[in-house]
Amino acid sequence: MPPASDPVAGGPTLHLVLAADPVSVRCALARMTSAPLLTQLTPDHLATVELVLAEVLNNVTEHAYADSAGDVSVTLRPTRGGLACQVVDRGRAMPGGLLPEGHLPVMDLPEGGFGWHLVHKLTQDLHYHRAAGENRLGFLIPG
Amino acid sequence: MNLQTQTRPMVLSVLVMEDRIDAASAIQFKERMRELTQTADHRVVLDMARVNFLDSSGLGAIVAVKKLLGPDRVLELSSLTPTVEKVFRLTRMDTIFTIHPTHEAAVSHAASV
Repeated sequence: MPPASDPVAGGPTLHLVLAADPVSVRCALARMTSAPLLTQLTPDHLATVELVLAEVLNNVTEHAYADSAGDVSVTLRPTRGGLACQVVDRGRAMPGGLLPEGHLPVMDLPEGGFGWHLVHKLTQDLHYHRAAGENRLGFLIPG
Repeated sequence: MNLQTQTRPMVLSVLVMEDRIDAASAIQFKERMRELTQTADHRVVLDMARVNFLDSSGLGAIVAVKKLLGPDRVLELSSLTPTVEKVFRLTRMDTIFTIHPTHEAAVSHAASV
């Protein structure tokens, strides 16, 4: 394998900045999942990546920027363990400054509350940090 | 949101003609389903064979349609693609919905009940 595609830290990354709204999220997902860096992933891994990034970006759109417009940046880097991801926005902090735990809703027929559950189930090393007006969410999507 | 319907005895079939139900289309999906099922007085089978992507907003919209059909009408699903099936499984919504492997199976099952 040539050094340029060596999947270790410091290897190639995919970086994207998008407006936090549902249509921009859909377009960004299409761009990311068709980028050469990600088309090397297995179809199953790529499907998981698309779902996790959709949930994280929709959360930024619906909550961090609930009352305002703003940008969100995504950095993706293939590593030995999977795809390392970092998502940064300048919207509102997570409630209580903490990552939602992602328990499945307890009511009979919930219409929401599935997003964080999926993110927790499908990622590793999920961590959230608020500093200098930025939300920084990092995680690994194993594959 | 392109949805095709076919009314059969006791079953309203709805075929999703889109490849995704996501945050950008979930509200449209819910509203279209509300219109299409207004006159349905029986089972509704939603065929998802063409849907390759469903996020939690899309899932929430499907649950919302099930709820708006009320206690007398049933929403069943058919032909889930692997990625969509995974979302139902991980959220345990596969235990809430009757999911048929094919639309034909769903229609014949619905007709026999």
